[in-house]
Amino acid sequence: VIYREAGQFKSTYASDQAVFPILQDRVIAGLVLVAAVIAVPLVANEYWLQAVLIPFLIYALAALGLNLLTGYAGQVSLGTGGFMAVGAYAAFKITSAFPGLNIVVAFLLAGLAAALVGVLFGIPSLRIKGFYLAVATLAAQFFLIWLFNKVAWFTNYASSGTITAPPRRMLGIMVTGPEATAPVRYLVALGLVALFAVIAKNLVRGRVGRSWMAIRDRDIAAEIIGVRPLRTKLLAFAISSFFCGVAGAEYVFLYLGSAETLAFDINVSFLVLFMVIIGGLGSILGSFLGAAFIVMVPIFLTNVPHLLGLAMPVALQKQIELMVFGGLIILFLIVEPHGLARLWQITKEKLRLWPFPY
Amino acid sequence: MLELLHAVLVAPFKDMAGSPTFLVEVLIGGLAAGLMYSLVALGFVLIYKASGVFNFAQGVMVLFAALTLVGLIERGAPLVVALALTTAVMVALAFAIERVVLRPLVNQEQIILFMATIGLNFFLEGFGEFAWGSDVKKLDVGIPDTSFMVWGVQVNRLELTAAITAAVLVAIMAVFFQRTRVGRALRAVADDHEAALSIGIPLNTIWIVVWSVAGLVAIVAGIMWGAKSGVQFSLSLIALKALPVLILGGFTSVPGAIVGGLIIGTGEKLAEVYWGPLVGGAIENWFAYMLALAFLLVRPQGLFGEKIIERV
Repeated sequence: VIYREAGQFKSTYASDQAVFPILQDRVIAGLVLVAAVIAVPLVANEYWLQAVLIPFLIYALAALGLNLLTGYAGQVSLGTGGFMAVGAYAAFKITSAFPGLNIVVAFLLAGLAAALVGVLFGIPSLRIKGFYLAVATLAAQFFLIWLFNKVAWFTNYASSGTITAPPRRMLGIMVTGPEATAPVRYLVALGLVALFAVIAKNLVRGRVGRSWMAIRDRDIAAEIIGVRPLRTKLLAFAISSFFCGVAGAEYVFLYLGSAETLAFDINVSFLVLFMVIIGGLGSILGSFLGAAFIVMVPIFLTNVPHLLGLAMPVALQKQIELMVFGGLIILFLIVEPHGLARLWQITKEKLRLWPFPY
Repeated sequence: MLELLHAVLVAPFKDMAGSPTFLVEVLIGGLAAGLMYSLVALGFVLIYKASGVFNFAQGVMVLFAALTLVGLIERGAPLVVALALTTAVMVALAFAIERVVLRPLVNQEQIILFMATIGLNFFLEGFGEFAWGSDVKKLDVGIPDTSFMVWGVQVNRLELTAAITAAVLVAIMAVFFQRTRVGRALRAVADDHEAALSIGIPLNTIWIVVWSVAGLVAIVAGIMWGAKSGVQFSLSLIALKALPVLILGGFTSVPGAIVGGLIIGTGEKLAEVYWGPLVGGAIENWFAYMLALAFLLVRPQGLFGEKIIERV
C-alpha cells in the first residue's frame, strides 16, 4: 500500500527517464541523503566515523569505479589497488608542489593522473579478453607498487618511504592533516562520492554506458553495429581509473593520514572486486551495498566475541575471521550470485504488492 | 643517453659472455625456479580444463597440503603414512568443494566461480592455520638442499629432484589423460560439458576426480616448496607467481604450463641478475607479468592455448 506507483502518471519523456521515476524512491533517496549529511555527523561518534563510515565511503567510490569497468564494460581488472596508489601519490605530489591549491581540485587532478595510467594499462584489453586480461592487469598492480617503492621522488625523498597528508583548509576549515576532525573528513568524502555516483548513474544510462554494455555483452556484435572497441574500452578504463584514483587520494588524505605502498597491495584490489561482485555487477546501488557489506563484516566479526564475552587468543580470532569471511563469500555467491542489488530489487517487487499479494 | 643505451643493450650481454659458467648457473637456477612455478600452474590448468573454473585457491591448496603433511609428521607419523593421510585429506577436500561450492554454483558465470574460489582461498587459509598452527615449519623429506658440481657448474640437489619430479608428474598425467578411461572422460568434459553429459559422463564425478588430482599435484608442489623455503604462510602467495606462467602457456594446456614456467623462470632470473641493478632491483615481482603481457599481445590465447575463434 505504501510502496506503490499507482496514480503516478508520466506525462513527459523527461519524467519517464528520471533516475528515480517513482515518488517513494525519490523520498527514500532524499531522506537517506539528508540523514547522511545532517544526522550522521551529529549522532555518530569518532570511532564510527573513522573506522566504519569514512572507509565505507571511500571504498564505495573505488567500487563504483571498478563496477563501471567490470560490471558495465565487462573488463575484469585486478589492478584497482595500483590505480588507487597512482591517485594517492599523484595527490601527494600535487599538494606538495602547489600548496595553495584547493584540496578537492588536487583530488580531481590526481584522478586525471590515474586515468592516464589506466588508459596505458587498458591498451592490452583491445587484444586480451576475459581471465587473460584479469591476470594481465595484475601487471599494473605489481609494477605500479614497485615503482612507488623504488623511486624516491614520489615520496619527496622521505626516508621512511611514506606519504603524509599535509594540513589543508577549505573555506577556512581544516580538511586534511592531523587536525582535521572526523566529521569534516566524512562530509568531504560523502560529497565526493555522492557527486561521482550521480555522474556514474548518468554515464551508464546514456550513450556511453550503452556502448559499454554492448561491448560487455558481445563485443564483436557491438563492433559490427558501430561501437568502436578502442574508444569504448579505453574510455571505460580511463573513467574507472579516475574514480579509483580519487578514491586512492581520499584513502590517504581523508582516512589513513599517512601511508606507504603496502596500503595499496593486491588485497585491496581483491577487496574492491569483492565489493563489486557481492554488491552486484552492473549496479550503482550495488557498489554501495557491497562496500558496506565488506567493510562491516570484519568489524562485526572482530566485535562479536567481545559482545558474547568470549576471550580468544588474537591468532585464533584472526583464523576464525578468515574462515567466516571466506565462508560468507561462498554462501553469498550461492544464495544470490547477482548480488545485494538484486536482493533489493526483489524486495521492491515484493513491497509493491505487500500486504495484498493478489 | 648513449651511456644508458649501452647499459641496457650492451653491458648485460657483455657480462653474460664474460663468464659463461655464471650464465649457465643463472639459467639453471631460472629453469629450476620455473619448474616450481609449473608445479603450481599444473593444478590450475587441470581444473580450468575440466570445469572452466579459474581456481585461485590452488596456491592455498599447496600450503594446506604442505601444512597437513608437516603437521602429521610432527605428530609422529612416518613419512609414508603421513603422505597417505595427506592424500586422503586432499581427496576429501575435493569431495567437499564439489558438494558445497561447485554443485550449487553450476551454470554460473565464470567470474562468480572465480570469486567463489577466492572465498575458498580465505577459508582454507584460516582453516589450515586453525588446524595446524601458523608458525614456520621445516619440512624434511630427506633431500639435502646442497649443491654438487657438474662440469664446473653448481647444481642444487633439491632443484634437480624437483625437476625430475615435475617431469615424471607430467609424464604420468599425459598417460592418464591420453590412455585411461577417466582421462578420456576428462578431455570430453573439457571440450564440451553438455555433449559429455548427454553421452552419460557423470559431471560431478569428473569434477571430484579433477579436484583430487589437482590436490595431489598440490601435495607434490607443497613438498618441493616446503623443502626449499619452509612451510609458511607465504607459500600461498606462489599462486600469484603461477598466474603469469598460466597466461603465458595458455589456461588449457599442460605442456604450456611447463614451457611457460621455464620461460618465466629463466626470464625472471636473467632480468633480475643482469638488468635488475639498473633500476634498483626487486623487479622479480612484476617482470613475469610484463613478460607474459608482451607475449599475450602477440598471441592472445597464450603459447599453447586453444585458438580463440569468435563469432557473433
